[in-house]
Amino acid sequence: MAQLNMVEAINLALAEELQRDPAVLLLGEDVGKEGGVFRVTEGLQQRFGLERSIDTPLAESGIVGVALGMAMMGLRPVAEIQFMGFMPPAYDQIISHVGRIRNRTRGIYSAPLVIRMPYGGGIHAPEHHSESTEALLVHTPGIKVVVPSTPADAFGLLKSAIRDPDPVLFLEPKRIYRAFKQEVSGEETLVPIGKARLVRPGRDLTLVAWGALVREAQKAAEQLAAEGIEAEIIDPRTLSPFDTPALIASVQKTGRCLVVHEAPRSCGLGAEIAAQVMEQALLYLKAPVERVTGFDTVMPLPKGEHFYLPDARRILRGVRKMLAF
Amino acid sequence: MKLSDYDPLQGAKLQVLAPNGEVEPALLPDFDDATLRLIYQRMLTARLADRRCIALQREGRMGTYPPVEGQEGCQVGSALALEPTDWIVPSFRELAVLLVREVPLSTIMLYWMGHEAGSCAPREKRVLPVSIPVGSHTLHAAGMAMALRYQQLPEAVICYFGDGATSEGDFHEALTFAGVAKAPVVFFCQNNGWAISVPRKQQCAATSLAAKGVGYGMPGIQIDGNDPFAAYQATAAALARARAGDGPTLIEALTYRFGPHTTSDDPSRYRDEAEVEQRRPLDPLARYRLFLQQRGLWSPEWETELTAATESWLEQAIAEAESQPPPGPEEMFASMFAELPSHLQAQRDDLLAALKEG
Repeated sequence: MAQLNMVEAINLALAEELQRDPAVLLLGEDVGKEGGVFRVTEGLQQRFGLERSIDTPLAESGIVGVALGMAMMGLRPVAEIQFMGFMPPAYDQIISHVGRIRNRTRGIYSAPLVIRMPYGGGIHAPEHHSESTEALLVHTPGIKVVVPSTPADAFGLLKSAIRDPDPVLFLEPKRIYRAFKQEVSGEETLVPIGKARLVRPGRDLTLVAWGALVREAQKAAEQLAAEGIEAEIIDPRTLSPFDTPALIASVQKTGRCLVVHEAPRSCGLGAEIAAQVMEQALLYLKAPVERVTGFDTVMPLPKGEHFYLPDARRILRGVRKMLAF
Repeated sequence: MKLSDYDPLQGAKLQVLAPNGEVEPALLPDFDDATLRLIYQRMLTARLADRRCIALQREGRMGTYPPVEGQEGCQVGSALALEPTDWIVPSFRELAVLLVREVPLSTIMLYWMGHEAGSCAPREKRVLPVSIPVGSHTLHAAGMAMALRYQQLPEAVICYFGDGATSEGDFHEALTFAGVAKAPVVFFCQNNGWAISVPRKQQCAATSLAAKGVGYGMPGIQIDGNDPFAAYQATAAALARARAGDGPTLIEALTYRFGPHTTSDDPSRYRDEAEVEQRRPLDPLARYRLFLQQRGLWSPEWETELTAATESWLEQAIAEAESQPPPGPEEMFASMFAELPSHLQAQRDDLLAALKEG
């Protein structure tokens, strides 16, 4: 039992899984001696050895392709891509092989691996360090995509991801890596993949948010509560497979749905969520599904990123538009 | 045979069996007559199977198929050096390798007939399925070898690819990773002169692809790729290195693709037929037949017998492949994940319902 921030919670989950299963090993750029650029893997190489926390050459496709080779041989590699902005070279391996190997061999080979990557903006990072390209991953068959928004969820979801028989992309909202601490009980408190979390119950509208934007949704909900409007917040936690039943149950109750994401708007996950709501809850809707998202632009450099990132103010504006419909 | 005796930067090249059928006795592997004949049998089997696949494609009984004719020598020689416990990571033109490993021909055919069963050679065969994206599988071989080292197993991995693959970033990354990790893997490049229409000299300005090994801290050796003995010796030396914990090796087998890139390709658009004719005398089967003849191990009767036996084996494999029931609509969903998520269940059920309604 300890109060941990998200970085510490992920580190604890990795340590416990390395301890539990000798098939688990870590690989990535600077994950070993350095402990990762965000210190997520700090101390693990010292504790578990060079062979179980591998400082790899600087090559993202290599990290993922090699991890797949290891996974096909029965290991459970946990690869790190240092920033989601550096995922594109590895994406070829993800879409061409990682997501396909089980299906094409009808299960003779599989890819029980995890690819961790910090994502998202808001930390005044250099160019290519703030992207949110989760929609590319959700659109890719054969992989699961997980995004925690709290230390406890990060701990429990990462453990589930490492034990999952299929590949899991584990996206870490780096803006809230150290934003707050939470009780993390450790050991077997797994959080199931594919299950949403009800962050806050409410009767008037549903806010769907994940990662760092759950906190922005919470800020908006507090403001609304002061005005007598009760917003329900759903954090899907897993973007693929998506917990559609939880989403639909909430929207059937509230009749309004607003999706928040950092990623670009067009063909972002908001579009898919809106389609699901339309297919399964159309007659419950009191207003069209609203989206508060990043833009179909290049992510601005730090001096302009606050214009890009959805915040409580833009969420509130979207809510008022729905309420006025 | 020492790999270091053949420095590709100095233009050295390993050859044991010359095109006229003569061998360098000091380098001839210590094979009994049965094994010497088996090599020919494997090469001939692959050639006949290959030609039959092309015919099947022309008859509309097979989809696009990548012929292997001309490359049987280095494939059979290298595969023969492997232990059955070693892992094979092929690209898509390794028919002869797969036949040496005794992957059922019907399985190989099913892949090119467009059936997923063609990617389902049993795990105990230790052969990964065909990899189409050029060069991308070299990384899997590196990772598999790193896993073997981690698991402290005595096994090794061999990865086959072509000259075109050496231009891919993944090839560079695979050799980088394997070199650093001292992974037990043999990178076996079949330089057949052409990447579809792009000739070797336009692929890379390096004089030798084998010399690239130096850049990754591993030995590279150029061999006569139409000489099964050279392929055997180089692969055996590379495997010995791998098992001793000395890491990977890059082998460049200089061979030639007599046929098109695939049955959809027309090489007359980019390659002079005279070049092919020039290469014909270097055919691995032709020289090996001369070699066997010189030792009294070949006769026209034996060849006829072998051909007849292969033909009936081919008929059987084709019948087996063609009797495989086509996949049902639910099959594309069934193996996406260990446990099918509900959204995929819904998509499957919707398709089944649509089919039922007709």
